[in-house]
This record gives sequence, C-alpha cells and structure tokens, in this order.
Amino acid sequence: MDETHISRGFRSKRQEQTPKNRVPPGQYVTTDFPVLSAGPTPQIKVADWTFALQLNGSLLGKWSWDEFEALPQTTIKTDIHCVTKWSKLDTTWQGVTFDDLLKAVGLSEPPAPYIMAHCDGAYTTNVPVADLVGGRGMVVTRYEGLPIAPAHGGPARLLVPHLYFWKSGKWVRRIRFMQKDERGFWESLGYHNYGDPWKEQRYDGD
Amino acid sequence: MTATETSVSSRRIEWQLAELRDVVIETPRVKSLLLRPAGWPGHLPGQHVDIRLTAEDGYQAQRSYSIASPPEDELLALTVERVKDGEVSPYLLDELRAGDQLELRGPIGGYFVWTGAMGSPLCLIAGGAGVTPLMAMLRHRDRSSSRAPAVLMYSARSLEDVIYRDEIDAMARRDNSLRVVHALTREQPKDWTGHRGRIDKCLLAANCFPPAQNPAIHVCGPTTFVESVSGLLVELGFDPFSIKTERFGPSGG
Repeated sequence: MDETHISRGFRSKRQEQTPKNRVPPGQYVTTDFPVLSAGPTPQIKVADWTFALQLNGSLLGKWSWDEFEALPQTTIKTDIHCVTKWSKLDTTWQGVTFDDLLKAVGLSEPPAPYIMAHCDGAYTTNVPVADLVGGRGMVVTRYEGLPIAPAHGGPARLLVPHLYFWKSGKWVRRIRFMQKDERGFWESLGYHNYGDPWKEQRYDGD
Repeated sequence: MTATETSVSSRRIEWQLAELRDVVIETPRVKSLLLRPAGWPGHLPGQHVDIRLTAEDGYQAQRSYSIASPPEDELLALTVERVKDGEVSPYLLDELRAGDQLELRGPIGGYFVWTGAMGSPLCLIAGGAGVTPLMAMLRHRDRSSSRAPAVLMYSARSLEDVIYRDEIDAMARRDNSLRVVHALTREQPKDWTGHRGRIDKCLLAANCFPPAQNPAIHVCGPTTFVESVSGLLVELGFDPFSIKTERFGPSGG
C-alpha cells in the first residue's frame, strides 16, 4: 500500500508515553508475561536435565544441572519482544553466556557460523552465532531471581533478547553448531528466518 | 515436531485494506466482523491475520485475530472479544461501521491448522473466545463431502457467553459424526444437562477419541486453560506431538 490508511476515530489510549527507542514498531508494552507454545508444556525435573553443545554429530561438552549451575553466572536486565506484538521491559535473567559456554569447552572461537537450538517438545530455532557471542546470547535458568516456570521455558531457555522472543527457545537441551544455516520450527512455518523486531521481521519476506 | 514443510516462500505478506461488510453480534462481549479484503489469497482453517490501526497523529497499533470463517466463504470473518481497558478491541467493537476500511495482512501461521487431509478424528477443545480458529475448522469440515468424526468440547462462563451457539448446535443436529460437549464454568441454567464446571480429566477421557485412534487435537483458549487441558491430555496418554495448542495471553488488547 502506498499510503497509510487512517482508521477513522481511532486514538491511542496509552496513558504514559513509552520511549520510542524502547518499543519496536507494531509492539505494545505489557506488564503480564503471556505464554506462547505450539504444544503441551514439558515437565522436566532438573535431576533428569542435561545440556549439550554439539558440532557435526560430535559432542563438544555436556553438563548435568549441577555442573551447569557451577559455570560462571551472568545476570542481565533487558527488554523482550514477542512476534505476537507484546513487549516486556526490564526483565531480569540469570544464566550462562554463550561466550562462557564456549570457554567451558575450551574454544576461543566459535567453530561454525550458525546454531540450531534443540528443545524438549522437539522445538527448534536457528540463530547466527554472531547474535550469540559478545554477551548477546545466554542460556538462562532464573527469571527475576527465581527458577523459570515450565510454561516460560524452565528449567532452562535460550535468551537472545535483541531478536523476536521465539528465537529464545524454551526448554533448550542442546545447541548444535552448523556450517550452513537451516530453518527451525517457526522459521519453517512462515516466520522470518532472522526476526529483528526493530526491522519488524515477523514473517517470511518482511 | 520438526516441520515437515520445508518449502518456504519469501514473498512478503503485504498490508491491504478490507471493507467491513457486516457485523454479527455473537454474545454481549463478542462480535464477528465480516470483511471483504481487496485481494485475499485464501487461507487454511486455524490461521490468523494481523490488523493495524492508525490514528491521525500517526500512532499505530497492531493485533492478531484468528480467522473464524472457512476457506469456502466469500467474506473473511474475524471474531473479536472485548478486552477490558483494551485499545484495539473497543475500537473494533464500538467504532468500526459497515463500509469502513480496516487494514490487515495475512493469512499467517502454518502450524495450528487443520485441513482434514489426514483423515484422523478431529478433537477440538476450546476455552472462551479460543473457539474462533476451531470454528473455522468445524465450518470447513461441515462444508466437506467426507467428514472425519469430530468432537468439540467448549468451555464458557455462562450460556450467554457461548459464541456461535446456534450454528454449532445446528451443525451437531444434522451430523451424527460430530459431538458437541458444552461446559459452563460459572453459571448454568436450571435445566442445564451439559457439564458444570471446568473441563476436567474425566470429561476429557469420556469425550476425546482414544489415543489409539490418534486424533488430531487442537486446544485453544486462555493460557491457564490451555496449560491445564494439554497437561491433562498428556496424562491421559495422548502423544504430546499430536496436541497443537494456541494460547491467548491475558493482555490481548
């Protein structure tokens, strides 16, 4: 469409003006924490939980819950943006940065340019490694200081807050390095392959 | 659940204008908007659209709405529930008039869909306005020549909150292979013969097709409803991968 259509009689009801540089186009701020998942919420006991890094079918590293908890911990406060239009400001997460995971397996450089996150419930999502290094991506185990509820991805989820939140895969169990990019679950079902909220890359072709 | 469809089109889903042709009052809190988009590519039952409102000062708001109409219908039906203190739903319900244009793009979503192609029994479980995408499936099934056996379990607060009630009941009356189970959680008429209270494990066990028949299960409603029902279905032995869910957050707007 060439011109934007004005919706006759429509006005903003927003009481406070949220700074524009905090909220990407088409998003609105919520104080709730809505849940979006394609299927039932997996219920995993931390005693049964493991997490692995993988390259070309071989294991780079694997951790039990206690071993994972013993890795260097980082806490960040960040905004999150769901493709279904809500954004949530100033959320606090704790976990292990992708950089510290690489260090833990003795790598100074990432071994491949892309990863696929594999999650319980067979959910997958693909992320470029450049979006995970330099403190940009984490595997988190605490939300607002408490264990993450299963509906929100606990015991552990990926956190890549500068991309739409489906990239922050819930119930993550394995990160697989890939030489070539492959599409994950939503990325194969019409959603954007990269998902930058500031460019409003919601759906394929955006 | 690794997606089997790997063919991905990269054509952008463009915004377009749709004319509001008619409004159906469904319940005291819900209306259906019947729209004629400028160019509609067709959709699958269960898909949704994004709508965008623009104020004169340039402020924009976007929301997603499930499509309630089947692919066979000429007009696109969106069913809108009033969200308390919402920004978009009060506009759609109170301001928008027949003849007005509404900006939308779609269809969107390729997972929470049902086309009947698999032939397995269809098990639909709705909480409140979550019935909307399931209604597109039921309507599509109703217009098909070969109908897989189906059940709709529909939880609403009271009888007057049941959306599409007459149409659903009429569908069930003329179709022996469709069973409809109403559950009313807060208020029931004195002579109510349906379920009283929330959809529980017993009701699911009694009305879902057995796991051995591998039904296609779609659950849609508020988060707490979907979490509860999908968890109970897993406990009843249904394969988690056969359960497709769509959750409406509490802050829909």
